[in-house]
Amino acid sequence: MAVRTPEASPGPEAAERGPGPVKVRLGVNGRERGIDIEPRVSLLEVLRAELDLTGAKRGCDQGTCGACTVWVDGRRVLACLTLAITCEGREVTTIEGLARPDGTGDGQLHPMQEEFIAQDAFQCGYCTPGQIMSAVGCVQEGHATDDAEIKEWMSGNICRCAAYPHIRAAIRAARDRV
Amino acid sequence: MRPVTYLLADDVEGAVRTVTADPDTHFLAGGTTEVDLLRQNVLTPHRLVDINRLPLTGIEALPDGGVRIGALARMSEVAEDRGVRERFPMISRALELGASAQLRHMASMGGNMMQKVRCGYYRDGESPCNKRLPGSGCAALTGVSRTHAVLGTSEHCIATHPSDVAVPLVALDARIHTRIHTRTGDGERDHAIGDFFLEPGDTPDREHPLAHGELITAIEVPGLPIARRSLYLKVRDRESYEFALVSVAAAVDMVDGVIGDVRLALGGVGTRPWRAIRAEEFLIGAPAIPENFEQAARIELSDARTTAMNAFKPELARRTLVRALETLTRDGSQR
Ligand SMILES: Cc1cc2nc3c(=O)[nH]c(=O)nc-3n(C[C@H](O)[C@H](O)[C@H](O)COP(=O)(O)OP(=O)(O)OC[C@H]3O[C@@H](n4cnc5c(N)ncnc54)[C@H](O)[C@@H]3O)c2cc1C
Ligand code: FES
Ligand code: FES
Repeated sequence: MAVRTPEASPGPEAAERGPGPVKVRLGVNGRERGIDIEPRVSLLEVLRAELDLTGAKRGCDQGTCGACTVWVDGRRVLACLTLAITCEGREVTTIEGLARPDGTGDGQLHPMQEEFIAQDAFQCGYCTPGQIMSAVGCVQEGHATDDAEIKEWMSGNICRCAAYPHIRAAIRAARDRV
Repeated sequence: MRPVTYLLADDVEGAVRTVTADPDTHFLAGGTTEVDLLRQNVLTPHRLVDINRLPLTGIEALPDGGVRIGALARMSEVAEDRGVRERFPMISRALELGASAQLRHMASMGGNMMQKVRCGYYRDGESPCNKRLPGSGCAALTGVSRTHAVLGTSEHCIATHPSDVAVPLVALDARIHTRIHTRTGDGERDHAIGDFFLEPGDTPDREHPLAHGELITAIEVPGLPIARRSLYLKVRDRESYEFALVSVAAAVDMVDGVIGDVRLALGGVGTRPWRAIRAEEFLIGAPAIPENFEQAARIELSDARTTAMNAFKPELARRTLVRALETLTRDGSQR
């Protein structure tokens, strides 16, 4: 079977990887990162345990809460249901890379982050990185016209503290700035 | 979570052959079912063949007014496609009302057709479940069954088919195109969607007519002018990010004040996406009045078999169906 791997000219047998740890290269927040992981490992696990990017949170680990929301190739997705190895050749962006993808932001936050602070859009903060990554996506996709639309298109992010009215206020404010 | 090996496929034949050759090898598309159930030890593949780089992502408007949707087109892409929106509002709507924005960016249309039931006893990996472990029994029959099916059930399984978009696809007689590898070589098949989702009967573990390793390549929806005026109505326990308790896909064509043609399907109530064929037959030629909508719904639901916990479903389905038909036949309204 024809396959693509990062190494050059793999034969069909060499192409099958795992189940033990294999070398995986990931582009995360503008940096190329190499890690040794088993193919079964999720992107969320890699971000948190291997790359020390602990912004994305594990809430449910089964797609029902949105706390793990990151972007893959610019689209908001759930890192808990994404296998890290499937992200080779793709660009992963986490909350840590939102302000400045290359990490040289000098403390300057993304407007959505600023508005989450200004509007007091969290209590415990556990859901917040996922909310913010999802919120930027929601605005970019053009689904933040009014509160009803924001509610619907942000429904994939659960907030156990129910900070929803403030989250919507932050999204409206950030939407109007960008 | 069990260990797996991983192969990245870059041609369709190779992917089909690799999976066909080994019952413990599965396709991996968006992973929103496969990775979830692998982690819960409900699915137990040894190897995953990643099909995400295969060239099956297109969404193509067809000259006959239909649309061909690649198996790897994402739910979000199909929902916002201009041709789909114009020609098949019920498909667009069913997609947008499913899962969440994040999941819709991940989930593929082929994977959606193949998604597994949400029955808690299937998903827990250990309760008796004839789907997961044939012959072990069905814990839902005497257990928590509020969300379970009332149509097409058997004494071996009452799990509801969970897909939203499959409901309008069934109403519209879509076709599922596949690639298959057999002893005689590589070939293509296509399945009428009406034959694609199997009722549990005595073999709840058999959910589709596909051979192991048979790959969905596309879903084709035929050109049907009636679908331009269609809707998808979904009723659930919370307003968003939830599976349907009842849903209705409906399209109506009025001719000289009576119903000239109608397409109806129900979600959330059947062990398969439920084409309401008897209701359709009753309605064709009938005036579009509430009494007829009520009667059509009653006819369709007369075979419903409920448990103590889901006894509300036939009534909820009746009301939802009537509401859908009233909305569509009210002057000028669309969705
Ligand atoms: C929290 C949550 C909420 C959800 N809510 C909804 C909802 O409201 N409505 C709804 O309709 N759905 C809902 N879903 C289900 C979701 O739509 C499906 O999980 C998704 O469509 C599956 O697609 P995928 O690409 O992720 O498939 P995968 O998980 O990659 O694959 C699913 C199965 O199909 C097989 N497969 C994949 N592609 C093909 C192919 N081309 N040919 C043959 N076999 C294939 C795989 O081997 C696997 O067994 C929800 C899911 C989650 C996790
Ligand atoms: S941790 Fe991914 S959705 Fe909850
Ligand atoms: S702020 Fe606590 S979960 Fe959202």
